[in-house]
Amino acid sequence: MRHILSILLENEAGALSRVVGLFSQRNYNIETLTVAPTEDPSLSRLTLTTSGDDRAIEQMTKQLNKLIEVVKLVNLSEGEHIERDLMLIKVKASGAQRAEIKRCADIFRGQIVDVTSSIYTIQLVGASSKLDAFIEAVGDANILETVRTGVSGLARGEKVLAL
Amino acid sequence: MLSGADMLVRSLQDQGVEYIYGYPGGSALHIYDAVFRQEKVKHVLVRHEQAATHMADGYARATGKPGVVLVTSGPGATNTITGIATAYMDSIPMVIISGQVMSHLIGGDAFQETDMMGVSRPVVKHNLSIQDPADIPSVIKKAFYIATTGRPGPVVIDVPKDMTTPGEEYPYEYPAEVEIRSYNPPVRGHAGQIRKAVEMLLKAKRPMIYTGGGVVLGGASEQLIEMTRALGYPITQTLMGLGSYPGSDRQFIGMLGMHGTYEANMAMHHADAILAIGARFDDRVTNNIAKFCPDAMIAQIDIDPSSISKTVQVDIPIVGPVDSVLNEMIGLIKESDIQPDKENLSNWWAQIDEWAKHHGGRYLTNDKGLMKPQQVIQCLQKLTAGDVYVTTDVGQHQMFAAQYLSFEEPNRWITSGGLGTMGFGFPAAMGIQLSFPDETVVCVTGEGSIQMNIQELSTCMQYNIPVKILNINNQSLGMVRQWQDMNYESRHSNSYMESLPDFIKLAEAYGHVGMKIEKIEDLEPMMKKALAMKDKLVFIDVYVDPSEHVYPMQVPTASMRDMWLSKTERT
Ligand SMILES: Cc1ncc(C[n+]2csc(CCOP(=O)(O)OP(=O)(O)O)c2C)c(N)n1
Ligand SMILES: [Mg+2]
Repeated sequence: MRHILSILLENEAGALSRVVGLFSQRNYNIETLTVAPTEDPSLSRLTLTTSGDDRAIEQMTKQLNKLIEVVKLVNLSEGEHIERDLMLIKVKASGAQRAEIKRCADIFRGQIVDVTSSIYTIQLVGASSKLDAFIEAVGDANILETVRTGVSGLARGEKVLAL
Repeated sequence: MLSGADMLVRSLQDQGVEYIYGYPGGSALHIYDAVFRQEKVKHVLVRHEQAATHMADGYARATGKPGVVLVTSGPGATNTITGIATAYMDSIPMVIISGQVMSHLIGGDAFQETDMMGVSRPVVKHNLSIQDPADIPSVIKKAFYIATTGRPGPVVIDVPKDMTTPGEEYPYEYPAEVEIRSYNPPVRGHAGQIRKAVEMLLKAKRPMIYTGGGVVLGGASEQLIEMTRALGYPITQTLMGLGSYPGSDRQFIGMLGMHGTYEANMAMHHADAILAIGARFDDRVTNNIAKFCPDAMIAQIDIDPSSISKTVQVDIPIVGPVDSVLNEMIGLIKESDIQPDKENLSNWWAQIDEWAKHHGGRYLTNDKGLMKPQQVIQCLQKLTAGDVYVTTDVGQHQMFAAQYLSFEEPNRWITSGGLGTMGFGFPAAMGIQLSFPDETVVCVTGEGSIQMNIQELSTCMQYNIPVKILNINNQSLGMVRQWQDMNYESRHSNSYMESLPDFIKLAEAYGHVGMKIEKIEDLEPMMKKALAMKDKLVFIDVYVDPSEHVYPMQVPTASMRDMWLSKTERT
């Protein structure tokens, strides 16, 4: 099963490589990874998606917690949460296709952020599954390039991950 | 006001460091100069950096205090990796200070530059690099704090040369305390879980206590003895746990696992309740985990949450320091209305005694008159009776030593369990001997392993370190050969030790004493003589039967009770 782990990490040189190193050393996989400083400059927030059965995820979270620079960690998938991934996608848009692509982008609430006579660059925000659905709807043949930020997320309601 | 180098050495002094084991080089020269200009911390010059790490490790295992290593950048640093990994696998507190090229050169493939932070990362508890000389005291304090608290382990400090420049001085103060907001080792176990574990134990019909290195590291031997005696239950220990319960005690039924005793493995397999204390269900203990102890309810105490249910899913996890958890358990056992059922327990003991008779540590002496390695270990046991520090290398000799020696106290049996590092034993023994000059320190080794750090004979000459090297010379990489006999139709691919040196002459070349023992009748008198030479390093080279195997040996991929008992008998 897919899990979203959200981690508060000391914003120190080498801390990120420890997290990434742990995953390769222990043979866990990382599907997506995003990291950036938080409003408190001494902390980074890292969101990571991975998959595994309950025992594997439990080991992973314990091993992550053991890293000295990991301050706090939560498995967002264990509760109600909001997840967002941002994609920029460059698609062929000429002739009859052009209107079709535009309609498709509208349905998915995408924004066209760059235009040439034959190309649209569309920005899409949502859960990863929504972005996957858009890629499917547009069709591989029309896609020139995609880039995604990877998942970031927060728990719904009052729960917060803070010091 | 002190320079970075002087602050570093002052910090070690203020930390109470007695010895640094190390080897100098370009990036560490400012630090070495600071070492020279003081006397409080003694520096021991090894002949290879790997040996420095094992010396520090041996010191740490015997004294319970962190071992300290100082090396230069590049090759000096990379030479420590095996020793760091050895300490990491066995959770030994160590601080390794490695020189680094000047900070402005880092990343440019400078002379003797190695990314020590990157290279060491997978085998350390933590590593730190000095970014500003003013931080040196606090970084050192932090390193010792991390190395020695919670589940201990090695910590590397990488020191770029320009952090230690003479003449650039800073106000010095060694911090009294350190707080790391992201690191808070557990201080006590969960009361509810502890109660459950006690209840499980008291209601058990076929209980087992299974303990590991965590009891030694956690200094919980006293509590373990008190609880085990109060319960009257059988206890077995891992290779790393030996000594934390008296080996001669009636309730101790021997080591468990791959080369454990028949009765310990049988008892584990048939147990209905197991209390694991500071033990991590290593694959050398459990054999096939799918078949591990099918009827047992398991409670596990460990200070490291990630050790709990890592391989074997347990029923009652307890995260906490073993000493405090055991203290609480002892209290609850004393208060409890339920007490162990006497009849069940005596039936269980009768069964275990039956098993012990069935195999009970036997081996066949050789009719060709060749000495057996087991006889050599038994002779050592007879002559020292536990009043000794024993280190080992890795192989058959290590297993024979574990099986046939008996330790009455913790911290006296010193072996590389997790990593199984050949070359560990001799330098580890040196580290211990320096700190315990009046004690007998014996390194039980093989002619393969001893050659992995044989250069340290020179260090022993320089510092007059009178360890006793007991070389169980089977003229082969015995453990490899055993596996080849059992699994590869005796094709002895590269397991010979051809062209062995004359160890006697070699020892003598360094000013030590060498003794060769080939006949059983010489064994005891000569070993006695060697052990009596208190101020001499003696290399005791004992020729034994090369074809001997270590038994019992668990059958691969089977359960704990499936064992080879000799070359021809299987359970
Ligand atoms: C550094 C290292 N290399 C290889 C091994 C694999 N290994 C395990 S036991 C062994 C043989 C050891 O031979 P020896 O020291 O003579 O001991 P014996 O088994 O003969 O008693 C080897 C090669 C190891 N444990 N460590
Ligand atoms: Mg050998």
